[in-house]
Amino acid sequence: MGLMRFFLALSLFFSLSSEAQQRFITVASTTSTEQSGLFKYLLPVFEQKTGIQVRVVALGTGQALDMARRGDADVVFVHAKPLEEKFLADGFGVKRFDVMYNDFILVGPKSDPAKVGGTKDIVAALQKVKAAQAPFASRGDKSGTHFAELELWKLADVDIAKDKGPWYRDTGSGMGPTLNTAAGMDAYALTDRGTWLSFKNRGDLVISVEGDQRLFNQYGVMLVNPAKYPHVKKEMGQAFVDWVISPEGQKTIADYKIGGEQLFFPNAR
Amino acid sequence: MAEALLGAIALITSWDAKLVEIVVLSLEVSLSAVFFATLLALPLGAAVAVARFPGRHALIVLLNALMGLPPVVVGLVVYLMLSRAGPLGQFGLLFTPAAMVVAQTILILPIIAALTRQAVEDAWLEYQEQLRSLGVSGVSAALTLLWDIRYSLLTAVLAGLGRASAEVGAVMIVGGNIDGVTRVMTTTIALETSKGDLPLALSLGIVLILLVVLLNAAAFAVKEAAQRKYG
Amino acid sequence: MSAHAGAARALLPLRLDGVCFAAGGRTILDKISVEIGAGPSTVILGANGAGKSVLMRLMHGLLAPTAGRIDWSDPDRGRARQLQAMVFQRPVMLRRSARANVIFALQAAGIARSERERRADEALQEVGLSHLAGRPARVLSGGEQQRLALARAWALHPEVLFLDEPTASLDPSATREIETVIKAFDASGTKIVMATHNLGQAQRLGDEVLFINQGRLVERSPVESFFKRPASAEAAAFIKGELPWA
Repeated sequence: MGLMRFFLALSLFFSLSSEAQQRFITVASTTSTEQSGLFKYLLPVFEQKTGIQVRVVALGTGQALDMARRGDADVVFVHAKPLEEKFLADGFGVKRFDVMYNDFILVGPKSDPAKVGGTKDIVAALQKVKAAQAPFASRGDKSGTHFAELELWKLADVDIAKDKGPWYRDTGSGMGPTLNTAAGMDAYALTDRGTWLSFKNRGDLVISVEGDQRLFNQYGVMLVNPAKYPHVKKEMGQAFVDWVISPEGQKTIADYKIGGEQLFFPNAR
Repeated sequence: MAEALLGAIALITSWDAKLVEIVVLSLEVSLSAVFFATLLALPLGAAVAVARFPGRHALIVLLNALMGLPPVVVGLVVYLMLSRAGPLGQFGLLFTPAAMVVAQTILILPIIAALTRQAVEDAWLEYQEQLRSLGVSGVSAALTLLWDIRYSLLTAVLAGLGRASAEVGAVMIVGGNIDGVTRVMTTTIALETSKGDLPLALSLGIVLILLVVLLNAAAFAVKEAAQRKYG
Repeated sequence: MSAHAGAARALLPLRLDGVCFAAGGRTILDKISVEIGAGPSTVILGANGAGKSVLMRLMHGLLAPTAGRIDWSDPDRGRARQLQAMVFQRPVMLRRSARANVIFALQAAGIARSERERRADEALQEVGLSHLAGRPARVLSGGEQQRLALARAWALHPEVLFLDEPTASLDPSATREIETVIKAFDASGTKIVMATHNLGQAQRLGDEVLFINQGRLVERSPVESFFKRPASAEAAAFIKGELPWA
């Protein structure tokens, strides 16, 4: 009882600061999306228009969805369609909307030990990496990117859980740290283009494989189900979902560029 | 390294608004945690130092051991408590600075309590007979001792502040590192490192260290002055 | 200052009956029985390790006997404590001014706020420390701090003042100053109970002697006859300075 009063006092104490008076929603999203810089560009436009502050907690896709399952977010904005659809089927989301896509690329050392440079076939490239036992850094963290990587190994007929050797480095971390690791040990890694474009510690890494249709990375947005969690800010959350798939939101996404290059391609219907 | 040092100086002198916001929040969170932890830890440490009860030695060992609480574990436990799915979810404290203060308070409370206990116990050894002769014991004695050694207690408080401002595990989990809301110096350094912007991360690191050194220097000066005055 | 005499004889006589004290497997005091009454200053003499300090602490209530009884005339132990004061070999002062230390003792004794300052100033004057009243107590010299300890005791107007080798750590001139204050206490009606191994001091300040040897009360006599015609062989040896450390 005394502990609850303590927390109450504490939350009141901090409610006094102006930041808490703001209308805001909590969006669970992914580290790759945040690190690409998209939110810094996109959210101020929405906040300006509606006065709603968007607070993004960036985790791996799996963790983001888990967080929403616990009721700690109002909206999810992630990129792993099968996981998202399960989330929906389990009753945690209201409706799923396609928002935008970007692509994954395979980066690797300039020296290219697996000889995959320049190809467009990601599946063949992965098979070559395994055959050459070239170092490969994986995220290993239940993220959308990790999920995509596992799917590609499956397409390459490689049971990566069984067949991985010391050449396969499971970092269990976000895109940035994984790229840091890859740069540090001259390894191949699967990354989204957005993170790559804003990543500054490339070392000797270059783009090895790009352009394969199977490297397509779809983003989806969902309002967390208020029927499951009554405290979810459904009006403000819905406003965000609606705006992101609206022509204005979609145009803003398309306008985000790094070094003149567009990162995300809006495809809401 | 030199580039990072120059970067740090550039950051400080440019008075970048974003940096100021992050530094101010870091100080707010850590100093608040120190405030609440001290409020709870001083009486706790003094009580354990002066009172005699069964299990006292076990409690002392426990307090000392808890000084090494891993921040990330504290963060996880507080997260589970404050999550909407958890027992204290209704307060909506998760991903706010308040949650960060709670986590850091829990983290540093054992440090301040254990060090206080040691200091008060040493003083009790010196003062015990005289105080009891004057009819002062129990709560009264504990309070007298706390006040008498207040400048030494500064060391315990500083140890707590050091731990709070240096940790990243707890605030990352319960705060969510939300831009403009719960992003503090340590989580920013972690973020910039993971984005590969190592020079910026290093520069921020230097700023953080400078801040902590400044606080420690100020406290040291206060202690020295008091020592000279009161003996 | 005879306010002390006004503190009606509520505590004395003090009765010790078969008091024993053992610690760490060793017997330190063995069946001490004695009655200490009002009036004459009592000096407890004995070699180092004889048990004087332990006896003092038992009487003052800082230690509990392992056997036997210690009773004041007033059965209320709380009240009994308030009418006593003790000065230790090394003075223990708080990190405050000299005056504040005296006021602290008065506050602990429950003296009204309006009274405290007056009594503190009066006590400091009595021991000749008025000019150092505002100085931090812990920067004072050893002799000054011990005088302050006496001032602290004086302010309480105790019925009984215990002193455990009060000048053992001081130089001769500081010792003289302390002895002057002790005499003033005596003159004002406070019962003095003092442990010392300084024979000259015992003769200067004491009226009667309790001689402790190896944990036992060996002899009790008026001070003059103790030194001129000691009744026991151990006492005689002690006086001659031949007694080995216990």
